[in-house]
Amino acid sequence: MSYLIETRDITKRFGGLVAVNKVNFGVSPGEVVALLGDNGAGKSTLIKMISGVYPNDGGDILYNGEVVKIHTPIDALAAGIETIYQDLALAENLNVYSNIFLGREKTKKRLGIFHVLDHSYMYDEAVGILKKLDIKIPSLRNNVRTLSGGQRQAVAISRSIYWNAKVLIMDEPTAALGVAQQKQVLDLVNSLKDHGLAIILISHQMHDVFEVADRICVMRRGELVGNLVKKDTTTEEVVSLIVGSEAVS
Amino acid sequence: MKGNLNLIIEQSRLLKAIARNWAFCFLIFFVVLFSFTGKGFLSIVNFQNIVHLSVIAMFMAAAETFVIISGGIDLSVGFVMGLSSVTAGKIIQTLFNSGNYSVGVCILIGSVIALVVSLIPGLISGIMIAKFKVPPFIATLGMWGITNGIALKICEGFPVASLPDALTKIGNGYTIYFKKGSGINFFSLPEGVANNQIREYLRLIPISFIIIFIVIFVLRHILNNTTFGQHTYAIGGNEDAAIRSGINVQKHIIKIYMLSAFIAGMAGVFNVFQTGIGNFTTFGAMYELFGVAAVVIGGASLMGGKGRLLASIIGVLLIAVLENGLLISGVEPFYRYIAVGFLLILAIVIDQLFPDLF
Amino acid sequence: MQSLMTQKNKDLLLKIGKQWAVIFFVAEIIFFGLTAKGFFTVNVFQIVLFFGTAVMLMAVAELFVIITGGIDLSVGYVMGLSTIIATKLIVYFSASGMPEFWGIFFGIIITLVLGLIPGLINGLLVSRLNVPPFIATFSMLGISHGVSELLLTEGAAKNLPHLANVIGNGHFLYFVKGGGFSFFARPEVARGVKVFELFPNVVVITLIIVAIFAFVLSKTVFGIHTYAIGGNEDSAIRSGINVKNHITKIYMLSSLLASSAGVIYMLKYVTGKADAGASLLLDSIAAVVIGGACLTGGKGTVWRTILGAVIIAVLETGLRILGIPTFDKYIMVGVILILAVLIDRVFPETTYKE
Repeated sequence: MSYLIETRDITKRFGGLVAVNKVNFGVSPGEVVALLGDNGAGKSTLIKMISGVYPNDGGDILYNGEVVKIHTPIDALAAGIETIYQDLALAENLNVYSNIFLGREKTKKRLGIFHVLDHSYMYDEAVGILKKLDIKIPSLRNNVRTLSGGQRQAVAISRSIYWNAKVLIMDEPTAALGVAQQKQVLDLVNSLKDHGLAIILISHQMHDVFEVADRICVMRRGELVGNLVKKDTTTEEVVSLIVGSEAVS
Repeated sequence: MKGNLNLIIEQSRLLKAIARNWAFCFLIFFVVLFSFTGKGFLSIVNFQNIVHLSVIAMFMAAAETFVIISGGIDLSVGFVMGLSSVTAGKIIQTLFNSGNYSVGVCILIGSVIALVVSLIPGLISGIMIAKFKVPPFIATLGMWGITNGIALKICEGFPVASLPDALTKIGNGYTIYFKKGSGINFFSLPEGVANNQIREYLRLIPISFIIIFIVIFVLRHILNNTTFGQHTYAIGGNEDAAIRSGINVQKHIIKIYMLSAFIAGMAGVFNVFQTGIGNFTTFGAMYELFGVAAVVIGGASLMGGKGRLLASIIGVLLIAVLENGLLISGVEPFYRYIAVGFLLILAIVIDQLFPDLF
Repeated sequence: MQSLMTQKNKDLLLKIGKQWAVIFFVAEIIFFGLTAKGFFTVNVFQIVLFFGTAVMLMAVAELFVIITGGIDLSVGYVMGLSTIIATKLIVYFSASGMPEFWGIFFGIIITLVLGLIPGLINGLLVSRLNVPPFIATFSMLGISHGVSELLLTEGAAKNLPHLANVIGNGHFLYFVKGGGFSFFARPEVARGVKVFELFPNVVVITLIIVAIFAFVLSKTVFGIHTYAIGGNEDSAIRSGINVKNHITKIYMLSSLLASSAGVIYMLKYVTGKADAGASLLLDSIAAVVIGGACLTGGKGTVWRTILGAVIIAVLETGLRILGIPTFDKYIMVGVILILAVLIDRVFPETTYKE
């Protein structure tokens, strides 16, 4: 299976510390890969390089088999790599459709010179994408501050899908949610997979990982120490890789 | 039962609407109150006066509105205004005295240069805040000192006087002059009427109204209807989210401080037109603090992400009406300060009671 | 680039970065010593401190507030108000027949007690009503200004008894070459005999006050709690510190210090003015920031703040000796303030954070 997004020997240093050391990692379309590791194992740094927050110090990032330069978040977004952060990166003081269009607002011309925001277009488009993903939100004109955690998650995800995400990186998507809302998010992940997205899931919750992931990658001390197919592995094996115990054969 | 619920929702909506626009409600309340207590308060002439004298404060509040929505603060606006005022004054004076240029050209060149000069402190503050992460309070406080020092150097500690009369004719002029029997005149008194007869004429719509109206209209348009405005709110609401959405936040913040300084510069140029001299700003004037006060009274939060331009202007008017009304009602002027303090604290308390208003 | 630098060089640079205020101070002294004629005399240093008293006291006031993560905009006008109250009270006491010394004494005590009130209100607003410090103290700035103007409507604050001038502009020690020394009073000497004046009274008083507050901040529970609140208010609350009361006290302390700066101004200039401290907001915050504090709270010491204040005072006096107008001082202070923060940015303690 060919990877949609792939890293080859990618490396990141902070001063003397090697945060990510020659990691080869990849995701295919329609696949969910869980990225696991202890705090400081380097998974955040790896993700931040793929999403353009940190430029890499060595190695390459490949997109559709070709080497691409991803040095800023804008490069990543242009390539269709979207990240759903744990804090969702929503401006809570803006309404739902403004958040979906944040940074890429649709404008129209007035009098031939002035570019003004096209509120009605953005509203209609937002209604469309939420309907497509079967997400229910009371009013798109409400500030995000008034929404529940699950609804915010849905807004963040629908924003990426609207902007033609090909690769979706999700950082601890269920961490701050109640049980019912966790279920909704995992269902959403499964339906996104059916839409053909390549999904990278960072999670500490083993239950989530085993429910939705196809493959499980484990990082420790900046290196990729495990690349396992879900149906061939067990929770115990994954845990021992994360903590680095020798008990596993 | 359901009817009851609807009623409660309706009532809470009304309450929210009042709380959201409490400054405006207060403004109406004080206008009515002073109309009874102050003789001569309720008149077109007085109202025109109130607005005319608070135009500078409106510029300041407009500048602070953008900065505060983005989550910052600009303490330098008052002194940037002074810098712009003395720069304009000095250049107009020099050109005018040289006798080589017509009055219009002198004024135009002076104003344009002053506006360009006023962009510089904004650019520097913006770079320090955006690139070097200097807290806005410190960066603009530094600029507070620097612009004040430079303004004082330019004018050598004295207001720049002996400027052409045309300045005040524009700055204090009216659109309509009306006198029973002699008809309506636009923009100037009828030919041959001496300045000391001006009181016989009913003067309507000061030119300053038109200027500030256009400025507010344009700035409000920028804030509400453009990507620039939308990004300003986004940065104030969640800077991280703005960065990750691909907004060039550093550049945007620099632009915001430049805009703020530019608006302050316009205030400085306007000040030359209004007073006919180039004034440096005194320490006691506290334009920046009254600007911040008006914005906060208008419902903005110093944490950023919240605020409306027109509400800030209402804040300015509320302070101005209080000041004028108390004066006319014969109350010691110092109560004005207490009143402003009270309004500010009220604004914060209302903000805390209704956090979801905006 | 960074990796090329040896650890030793890095440590050295870090040390220099941390001590830049001291280095700047020395450089400043050397600069003025070389360029300003007669700068290197005991007298000039006394003048520096004499004019620096207000900035020192205001900066210490601001320091306590800034360590807790707040800001106090009202200090300048609380100081102005205090100069007027003190002057009016002393003039009133003298007019009602009280001996000069006791008139001044009670006038000062009452002024200082009244000086606690703006701070109390600020503190209550900030701690109980959650009003942001910027807004609360700005309101108080306006109110202090208003009350000052009201007090002045009945006439200017002046005509203090002669003794005030003697205290304010006198020295602790007078020394006559070959003729011994005397305390407080200038000895009667023949014309032409040089009298050395040492330790201006106001400087001595200021330094005593500063020393007391340096002790309070560094050696007492009150001081530790102040840092704790600025470092992490939540953990301070959880560890049982009464944060609300503490913050109220901090603002009271700040306005007490501002008020004492007002009293010293009154003694120095024998008059009261509403805007006596209006221009000191920049100077005092600059002194605190130069002293290494940061506006987010939790950092700063009294003696480093005093160093910041002295840097500004030296600048002022040095420029005056060089005949450069005071306008330049505002520019320089603004530049130094920004420089201070920039240096803080260039030398952060850690660079790596995931």
